[in-house]
Amino acid sequence: MIGGLFIYNHKGEVLISRVYRDDIGRNAVDAFRVNVIHARQQVRSPVTNIARTSFFHVKRSNIWLAAVTKQNVNAAMVFEFLYKMCDVMTAYFGKISEENIKNNFVLIYELLDEILDFGYPQNSETGALKTFITQQGIKGQHQTKEEQSQITSQVTGQIGWRREGIKYRRNELFLDVLESVNLLMSPQGQVLSAHVSGRVVMKSYLSGMPECKFGMNDKIVIDKQGKGGTTDEPGKSELGGSGKQSIAIDDCTFHQCVRLSKFDSERSISFIPPDGEYELMRYRTTKDIILPFRVIPLVREVGRTKLEVKVVIKSNFKPSLLAQKIEVRIPTPLNTSGVQVICMKGKAKYKASENAIVWKIKRMAGMKESQISAEIELLPTNDKKKWARPPISMNFEVPFAPSGLKVRYLKVFESKLNYSDHDVIKWVRYIGRSGIYETRC
Amino acid sequence: MTDSKYFTTTKKGEIFELKAELNSDKKEKKKEAVKKVIASMTVGKDVSALFPDVVNCMQTDNLELKKLVYLYLMNYAKSQPDMAIMAVNTFVKDCEDLNPLIRALAVRTMGCIRVDKITEYLCEPLRKCLKDEDPYVRKTAAVCVAKLHDINAQLVEDQGFLDTLKDLISDSNPMVVANAVAALSEIAESHPNSNLLDLNPQTINKLLTALNECTEWGQIFILDCLASYLPRDDRESQSICERVTPRLSHANSAVVLSAVKVLMKFMEMLPKDLDYYGTLLKKLAPPLVTLLSAEPELQYVALRNINLIVQKRPEILKHEMKVFFVKYNDPIYVKLEKLDIMIRLASQANIAQVLAELKEYATEVDVDFVRKAVRAIGRCAIKVEQSAERCVSTLLDLIQTKVNYVVQEAIVVIKDIFRKYPNKYESVIATLCENLDSLDEPEARAAMIWIVGEYAERIDNADELLESFLEGFHDESTQVQLQLLTAIVKLFLKKPTETQELVQQVLSLATQDSDNPDLRDRGYIYWRLLSTDPVAAKEVVLAEKPLISEETDLIEPTLLEELICHIGTLASVYHKPPSAFVEGSRGVQHKRLPPRAGSGESTESPDVGQSGPSEAPPAVIPSQGDLLGDLLNLDLAPPTATVPSVQPSMQMGAMDLLGGGLDSLLGGDIGGSPSMGAGLGAAPAAMPASLGGAPAVGGGLGDLFDLGGGVGMPTGSYVAPKTVWLLAMKAKGLEISGTFARRGGIIQMDLSLTNKAMSVMTDFAIQFNRNSFGLAPAGPLQVLTPLSPNQTIDVSLPLSTSGPVMKMEPLNNLQVAVKNNIDVFYFSCQYPLSLLFVEDGKMDRQVFLATWKDIPNDNEAQFQIKDIHLNSDVASNKLQGSNIFTIAKRTVEGQDMLYQSVKLTNGIWVLAEMRIQTGNPNYTWMCWRRPHVRECVSQNDSPVIS
Repeated sequence: MIGGLFIYNHKGEVLISRVYRDDIGRNAVDAFRVNVIHARQQVRSPVTNIARTSFFHVKRSNIWLAAVTKQNVNAAMVFEFLYKMCDVMTAYFGKISEENIKNNFVLIYELLDEILDFGYPQNSETGALKTFITQQGIKGQHQTKEEQSQITSQVTGQIGWRREGIKYRRNELFLDVLESVNLLMSPQGQVLSAHVSGRVVMKSYLSGMPECKFGMNDKIVIDKQGKGGTTDEPGKSELGGSGKQSIAIDDCTFHQCVRLSKFDSERSISFIPPDGEYELMRYRTTKDIILPFRVIPLVREVGRTKLEVKVVIKSNFKPSLLAQKIEVRIPTPLNTSGVQVICMKGKAKYKASENAIVWKIKRMAGMKESQISAEIELLPTNDKKKWARPPISMNFEVPFAPSGLKVRYLKVFESKLNYSDHDVIKWVRYIGRSGIYETRC
Repeated sequence: MTDSKYFTTTKKGEIFELKAELNSDKKEKKKEAVKKVIASMTVGKDVSALFPDVVNCMQTDNLELKKLVYLYLMNYAKSQPDMAIMAVNTFVKDCEDLNPLIRALAVRTMGCIRVDKITEYLCEPLRKCLKDEDPYVRKTAAVCVAKLHDINAQLVEDQGFLDTLKDLISDSNPMVVANAVAALSEIAESHPNSNLLDLNPQTINKLLTALNECTEWGQIFILDCLASYLPRDDRESQSICERVTPRLSHANSAVVLSAVKVLMKFMEMLPKDLDYYGTLLKKLAPPLVTLLSAEPELQYVALRNINLIVQKRPEILKHEMKVFFVKYNDPIYVKLEKLDIMIRLASQANIAQVLAELKEYATEVDVDFVRKAVRAIGRCAIKVEQSAERCVSTLLDLIQTKVNYVVQEAIVVIKDIFRKYPNKYESVIATLCENLDSLDEPEARAAMIWIVGEYAERIDNADELLESFLEGFHDESTQVQLQLLTAIVKLFLKKPTETQELVQQVLSLATQDSDNPDLRDRGYIYWRLLSTDPVAAKEVVLAEKPLISEETDLIEPTLLEELICHIGTLASVYHKPPSAFVEGSRGVQHKRLPPRAGSGESTESPDVGQSGPSEAPPAVIPSQGDLLGDLLNLDLAPPTATVPSVQPSMQMGAMDLLGGGLDSLLGGDIGGSPSMGAGLGAAPAAMPASLGGAPAVGGGLGDLFDLGGGVGMPTGSYVAPKTVWLLAMKAKGLEISGTFARRGGIIQMDLSLTNKAMSVMTDFAIQFNRNSFGLAPAGPLQVLTPLSPNQTIDVSLPLSTSGPVMKMEPLNNLQVAVKNNIDVFYFSCQYPLSLLFVEDGKMDRQVFLATWKDIPNDNEAQFQIKDIHLNSDVASNKLQGSNIFTIAKRTVEGQDMLYQSVKLTNGIWVLAEMRIQTGNPNYTWMCWRRPHVRECVSQNDSPVIS
């Protein structure tokens, strides 16, 4: 199991050091600093073995978190734990920075004591932790016995992510379908690979212990219902009206509140949600993806000292919708000496420090097209190696889900309290963003 | 909240100030001071001097302060054990507190204080806490048992905590169950043979129920524990799989990977024609692909594991090639791993896409990545014949870029392509020759030289090209020198008239001016071959080369099996067995996959037996395969290298003995082997034939290999070549080398004594220490004449087995004392266990049958012996020569099963089953009886066979 956990600043100074196992000594702290942080080269592996000791590390801005062990630990678990540790710290004191860590070091030690025991991760749900790790030490003494046992049963219980007795005057929930669409396209416009990785993020402000059921236009469910002869589910089952009736989901994973065995057997998604914001599910689709933009590059080398670049982008969605925050990044060779750009829409600039022309457009409606042309002057070099031509990448945000996913319903049942599904105010929003959206040129 | 100020106090006299503040009456001030102490501790300052003052702050109502003091205690208690006792009272009191959080805190902290005296006091509170009404306290106490076990294992057993811990598996609270499982699994690791976890269908059922309810981490503990269970039949296996598959949809990648591990393992037991088997295969792909959208560090872990899964069950991901395409912004470690998997998944169906991608990668920035991409193109050519032409033209395009390392890498892989498809792509040689000057890496130079030598007859100026390399012969690396030597000899055999001078030159360079024994030896062999029988030389040097395999960099199957059992863990990331990087007893235990369902398939999963740590018997003679391979100039290893994943199997621990060790033993067996080509795979029969036809050559080789009378002595007990036991420098000039033999029922120790000192040696005597089988000299050491300087004398010492017995480690270790007129010298050596196989070891059939059935399963061990081209009858005869008797034989689905018995001098019987599959050069050897004997038996028997 995890033998120790260290946090360093960018210089390799130790901010936090907690040792859980006897086989990890103080010299491990230095070994990592010397061999990894001070190595100052590209990280060749997130797992490093130094003198029979294994170091797992992740980096958040310029802070290094390292878990250390001498045993054959579950490596995936260690990384998941480090990510979780970052989440917990962010939930407690915001951004992970040297300043914040130093200011909260007592809290961090207290957290580390709680969520890692002898190197075994324990309950690390912030919702539960915040009920008893408060940095107001005296509180413990004034709790009633009921309060104490409520805390312990929540921390160890089946529904560790939610406490009892939550009350809201207005029961409300927000669903955000956030998708990032990834594309790799050949210069000829052939899709080399494309997939959508999506997340359903829920903000729930619901009283009591509500039992929820979530439905979407999952092809497997829709097909099954079609065969069964039953028409749509009662309630809110309006489809957005655009395009496909159902989508094929390659794979999905759920927050631990979702009953996985029920999903496995009936493919229904039922759960008692945590209070506040959390990620209900993640999914991935590869079939029939709506690619919101198409990039058509044209690069011509004129002699050895000049490049002509022309890039056309076409928006490919309903004309009534507007895409936002569009940014096209056209890489330029390292030996670029000057660039002239002409674009029809938006603003374009050559950024020498990033070796790229960055073209920004605030808004663009569907079924439109725009163009940029640039002349790039090059310095003559002796470098035999040809320019690697990195792909043209693109960023954007569109108000629909490129996978075609639609929320069909989210039903809420709370039998003990007197509110019903109809009293809950529900909001659904779709945002499609670019993930790695690249076209080779 | 500006605690960062505590980090900045670095002035002198700080400790005194802190001391004062710690003893202050004001609570706030105290707390501030403790915080300062902890901050100093964090940055590595020694604040142990403040121990009593900090401990004094422990008695407090302030929980935050208390936790800080505890933190300090955990760090320094070990250095101040006497003062740490001061804290005990508070702990014991806290364990009785009304607040469960405080009770748990106390028991948690107490377990972390590694002071013997404190552990004594810990027992009672711990016992109470294990039965606490509050689950939070129980789950903490469960982990505390593991902590205590780490400090004092005996205490935990004596106090009966293990039983209490076992009871917690049935606890009503899932988190208590999970922590109890974690603690038990850890304790069980250090007691490999105890039945601590005692998994049976009932407990498994409890675990599966808890699995649905506990935290993500708890699920990981439970799944990892489940993976060590061996279901009783395929039905049970299937029902567990069914209950584990929902975990594949968990958001936590570690839960997913651990579930994959359980499924991969239990799948082994399902019959392949079962519908469910197919369903399961289909279910595994999507979650594995989803792992690739995790954060890069996890992607890396996932990819290393997928690499194993693809080797074990290629069918799972065969349609998912595209997800492994490299993204421009992937970290380099993700890119390299993806590339590895792409090569493994490349097939005729997707080769066009793959090639287009690889070509793209070959223009990237990172040198390692580009090299690997170029290499991958070559692999594709070798793997998918249809694509070979396209690959070659892609490689030529890359050579045209003139980027130095791309060109070199391309040449190395083109050499392999030539090997695979002879006489097909030689048209490109001209292009390659143009780049001769730019090659500066040994591997590329050697590859180029090989190409020139191999195709010397088609390259007009081959002699000039090779001559140009010869100028700087001594500055080249060994690899290049060896290759150059061979290439020029080839050239000479092909164009003898023009190149006589050249060959003379290279032979004298190699034999006279070189310090490298490999090079010199090879030079001499060529020289003798060429001078005595050029026809034979041609047959040897220009012989047809064995095919190179399509799949490369494959992990050796037994290691792969073991790694599959470690999916998700560090072992799967390093591609090494845990024993290679874990110290001590933990994790050294080898895990294995359950036996494959259906009888005919059992060879698919050769299990690794549990074999204890023991050293390989000294094997000084290099493997025969290598030597012959060298002569046939195969030393440009067929596509391997680059990936470090292959090497781990050679690293250490018992694995090696069974993997590399055995192979080299087999290879090392030169004397008395009728099939010299055996080690070579599909090696040409030309070698032994030419040996017979050209006695002079045979004699020459005999000298070199120290064949002695070996050739033509097909049967009889195996005698290992003599090895040096006692070095002259350690024994005032006396060098002893020796071996053991069994001749006509008498065990003999053959010794060569060499006097390397300046004075005469006399008065030799020998004595053995007590040993496992009671070996003792049956007579005095017969050295009649005095041993004069530089003289060697061979002595045979008969041994008896009636000496005193003492178990040795390893079992076959023998400690010897030799005396002469100068001094007494000690050395130890290891004898092959086959020495102890007695002539009357043939068991009665009926007795055999009865005994066989009575053998408990855990007395069983399995080994694989590789690359033996003997059929069962020959093998059986040969084994009989070493007193391993075949009692019965049966043939099941093309496999010959030999049932054998062996009796040792001390009356212990060993029963064995040997499976031989026709056409498969690998033997599976299973043997039973005494656990510690079987290890040695297995090691020692393999040479006997070939």
